[in-house]
Amino acid sequence: MRATPVPEFMLEPAYDPSGSGRDPIGAGALASKGLNVRHGTILTLEDINVSFDGFKALTNLTLYIGVGELRCIIGPNGAGKTTMMDVITGKTRPDNGVAYFGETLDLTQMSEVEIAQSGIGRKFQKPTVFEALSVFENLELAQKTNKSVWASLRAKLTGEQKDRIDDVLQTIKLDASRQRPAGLLSHGQKQFLEIGMLLVQDPQLLLLDEPVAGMTDAETEFTAELFKSLARKHSLMVVEHDMGFVGSIADHVTVLHQGSVLAEGSLEQVQADERVIEVYLGR
Amino acid sequence: MTMPMNQTLLARASAKLGPQASMAIGLLVLAVLLAMPLLHLLPADNALHVSAYSLTLVGKILCYCIVALALDLVWGYAGLLSLGHGLFFALGGYAMGMYLMREAAGDGLPAFMSFLAWTELPWYWYGTSNFLWALCLVVLAPGLLALVFGFFAFRSRIKGVYFSIMTQALTFAGMLLFFRNETGFGGNNGFTNFRTILGFDITSAHTRAVLFLATVVLLVASLYLGWRLARSKFGRVLTALRDAENRLMFCGYDPRGYKLFIWVLSAVLCGLAGALYVPQVGIINPSEMSPTNSIEAAVWVALGGRGTLIGPLLGAGLVNGMKSWFTVAFPEYWLFALGFLFIVVTLFLPKGVIGLLRRKSS
Amino acid sequence: MPTVVTRILLSLLLLLSLAAHAGDAQDFVTANPAKQASLLERWSAAPDAARLPLLEALQQGRVAADSAKTAFIETAGNYQAAEGEAQPLDTPKKLRLNNRLRGLIATAVASHQLLVDDPVLRLAAAQQLQKSAKPAQLQLLNAQVASETDDAVRDALTLALANLQLVDSDLAVRLAAVRLLGETGDPLARTRLETLLDPAVESDPTVRTAAETSLAQVKRKLLIGELLGQAFSGLSLGSILLLAALGLAITFGLLGVINMAHGEMLMLGAYSTYMVQVLFQRFAPEALALYPLVALPVAFFVTAAIGMALERTVIRHLYGRPLETLLATWGISLILIQLVRVIFGAQNVEVANPYWLSGGIQVLPNLVLPYNRIVIIGFALFVVVLTWLLLNKTRLGLNVRAVTQNRNMAACCGVPTGRVDMLAFGLGSGIAGLGGVALSQIGNVGPDLGQSYIIDSFLVVVLGGVGQLAGSVMAAFGLGIANKILEPQIGAVLGKILILALIILFIQKRPQGLFALKGRVID
Repeated sequence: MRATPVPEFMLEPAYDPSGSGRDPIGAGALASKGLNVRHGTILTLEDINVSFDGFKALTNLTLYIGVGELRCIIGPNGAGKTTMMDVITGKTRPDNGVAYFGETLDLTQMSEVEIAQSGIGRKFQKPTVFEALSVFENLELAQKTNKSVWASLRAKLTGEQKDRIDDVLQTIKLDASRQRPAGLLSHGQKQFLEIGMLLVQDPQLLLLDEPVAGMTDAETEFTAELFKSLARKHSLMVVEHDMGFVGSIADHVTVLHQGSVLAEGSLEQVQADERVIEVYLGR
Repeated sequence: MTMPMNQTLLARASAKLGPQASMAIGLLVLAVLLAMPLLHLLPADNALHVSAYSLTLVGKILCYCIVALALDLVWGYAGLLSLGHGLFFALGGYAMGMYLMREAAGDGLPAFMSFLAWTELPWYWYGTSNFLWALCLVVLAPGLLALVFGFFAFRSRIKGVYFSIMTQALTFAGMLLFFRNETGFGGNNGFTNFRTILGFDITSAHTRAVLFLATVVLLVASLYLGWRLARSKFGRVLTALRDAENRLMFCGYDPRGYKLFIWVLSAVLCGLAGALYVPQVGIINPSEMSPTNSIEAAVWVALGGRGTLIGPLLGAGLVNGMKSWFTVAFPEYWLFALGFLFIVVTLFLPKGVIGLLRRKSS
Repeated sequence: MPTVVTRILLSLLLLLSLAAHAGDAQDFVTANPAKQASLLERWSAAPDAARLPLLEALQQGRVAADSAKTAFIETAGNYQAAEGEAQPLDTPKKLRLNNRLRGLIATAVASHQLLVDDPVLRLAAAQQLQKSAKPAQLQLLNAQVASETDDAVRDALTLALANLQLVDSDLAVRLAAVRLLGETGDPLARTRLETLLDPAVESDPTVRTAAETSLAQVKRKLLIGELLGQAFSGLSLGSILLLAALGLAITFGLLGVINMAHGEMLMLGAYSTYMVQVLFQRFAPEALALYPLVALPVAFFVTAAIGMALERTVIRHLYGRPLETLLATWGISLILIQLVRVIFGAQNVEVANPYWLSGGIQVLPNLVLPYNRIVIIGFALFVVVLTWLLLNKTRLGLNVRAVTQNRNMAACCGVPTGRVDMLAFGLGSGIAGLGGVALSQIGNVGPDLGQSYIIDSFLVVVLGGVGQLAGSVMAAFGLGIANKILEPQIGAVLGKILILALIILFIQKRPQGLFALKGRVID
């Protein structure tokens, strides 16, 4: 039994050229890279429940992310946004429910590392970078490559890998501070560095927790452009409070409330939804 | 543009201190260390003669330097403060000690077993009369223990102070076990009264000189190993692990393997140091495993400067030099001095002596 | 007390009346050991109330003889003739007794005490005779069973009698005796019954079977006693661990400070007790028995003050750097240990139990519960309750919890965080001081006292879950009992190692300890 009615459009497969929603004919195949996404869904969460000592953080949460989609998640504090990310990345195990990455990878059975290696990248709410290492080294570590102990002992960067890091350094505008220890960067720069680390990690699904917190307007605008360019090649799930930012990137928004989906649709749609207004503005 | 990215903390340190200057000091120290055993071979009345006492003292301190370096690899780089490295050191020492006991006892059982009226060697000491197998034990005993303990500890993500406390409890348990007479480790007295090693008289000047040289070689080798590790991507992953383990996991690295590798490597280095310590000092007993000894090693590293390769060596040298002087001059006050050292280092020298030097030079 | 006085008075009177004939004391003093033994045996079989003072003096080693072999009894340094008015020719020499004679004297005293009026003494005497009655006393015991008025004493005597009746010539009597012994839980009854199983000793098969049944009964009772004993020593060890770990649970669990000098706070608490005891001995010896009660507040305030001083000077600079705190506090502990060594010497100092803490209750024949351990278990629970009340029902406790959960927010709400840290640290140290008072009553007090507890107390806190009083209590008692159950099976050392291994495995399952709160993990 589901606490919230699932909106119609989620159940009906439909061709969506923008890449949002479900993608039955494989328009998003570009972003799948070997992952089995036959039905166009990269992330499937069904009836997820998580409780902490009686407090229900997630209640029958059901959510689908399509291949190449850019989804924004909004919701008041305590709605369960970060817990949902914890569930997807394996940090928190759900009490019950189904969580699949692609069609075949059962996220509830995988460790955090396996999940990360299979192609889910995450940016934390508080920017976390390796402070003692330089910006370049941060990107080097994040880069998609064999990450076993033996490989690391013998690793040498190829020219191709270096070029990739240089590209990303250009993209996130940290080229000038490539040798600075990451701990000395400003808050906004750390945010960009972490986004850059996600870029070199090249995951198929990016989870971004409040990526523009602490950024200037110009930086926010730039990030919005960056994310839009990432969509289609990658699937993105962005948690954000900044409605302006959400409006500028997302055509598809999910509202979480008390651990389950309250509403889903375009930003205008959910903003017009009375239940959403009630939750945000209070009675 | 590719070269500087390989910079490690050490490289940065030397860059500030002036690479030539630090290189010169290093070579000078090495030259002195290599000259010492040769000078020991001079006749006793020669002005340049180095006495057996001094040679043993320096040799002992060099063994401690290796322990400090090993501890620094796990603490300074991977952020795992072990308070149980004395255990690995002692295990290596005991394995070598048993070989020396067998050598001294000839075909019979080692003296302490005869005292207990034992007629058979316990199974874990089989084959220890063979030098090569004893060497294998020196590596295997600490290595396997570290592997098993580390596997479980890292699997359940024990870290920080919990890890420290567990390692301390581990060495404490080891000490209790080795103190018992019936466990076959010589009880309270441990192993002593060695006579020969590989047939050579253990007290002869030549044997001493060779053992000392072996210690220097091991130290230099560990230093080179540490330097290679710190420069490699592996070293950078360790640093990342120390500062943000969760981030590293979400980058797709499995921290367990990395921790286990450096942890076991460090334990094996300690074991080797212990194996060189025993023939030089002439005794190994369970007090080497006391928690006090292991935690003292932490202050060597902290005093010298953790996260650097030279710091721990400097710290081990300084503290042990001080200890030898104090215990002769004011035995009553050594513990006060050591206690204050712990406090002063943590309060005022978070980056150790190396950090201090670096600040001075910049 | 009054009974002692009356007994002394009585004995003096008796001595006067006995002055006439050569006298038992004189006989005893002049006899050789073999003769002395037979004298004692004879006296045991035919007790005479007048002989009791002499026997008691013998038991206490107060009987002496001068060079003329005249018997004297020493009382507080004065020698008085045992019989008659003689003055010692020179300083009388104390009689030397061997162990066999001492045992015989104990038996003789017991059989004489059967005649006294005090039922408590009679009961003790009967219990003594259960262990040591000789066949020669058979008649005496029979007579006493018949004439005894007190039920408890009669039961005890019947048992003593049964021991002797095991070799009675009458089959029925033997059988009854064997059955009776089955009702006891006395380790001696077991050995006695075991010998009966041998056909060479007991020819009658019915008695042998009865002995077998009785033996099974006795063994069961002994086992119960043993298990209870283990459980009790487990509880006792647990209460000690609890006292040692409770302060740590506050400083580590609430403040996040790893205080390696915590063991030294225990040690200082024990030394405070010692100081209080010394002061009492010097200035108020008559109130010496009360010194542990006075030592409690003294130890609490001494250690709390030291703890607060440490917090303000060293630890406060290290918040948020747990590994550094660990090293610095280890340094502090080295200094404190050496300081105590310099002041009090490296040897253990003597802290004596007051009379109300020595001795114990005999619950079963093989189970004695020492008073000091019982009191400490109660005391540990009392301290836990007090700590809980302090943390949950007072302003200080509220502040401590607030600072623990969110230091900055608490500071914004006007909580003086620095003061709260200091007080909480003082509280933790003070509780350790209280633990030290308790430890001084059951173990050695030396400079290294704290070192032996620090690792165990950390394990308690780790196992119990950080910041959880209930967890610490459970973990302390759990570890204590597990230790004591494992000890007889595999030895103390292996037991400790096994427990360490178990803790490591346990943490695999529950990394946060027994009583962890789950929650969203934030990075």
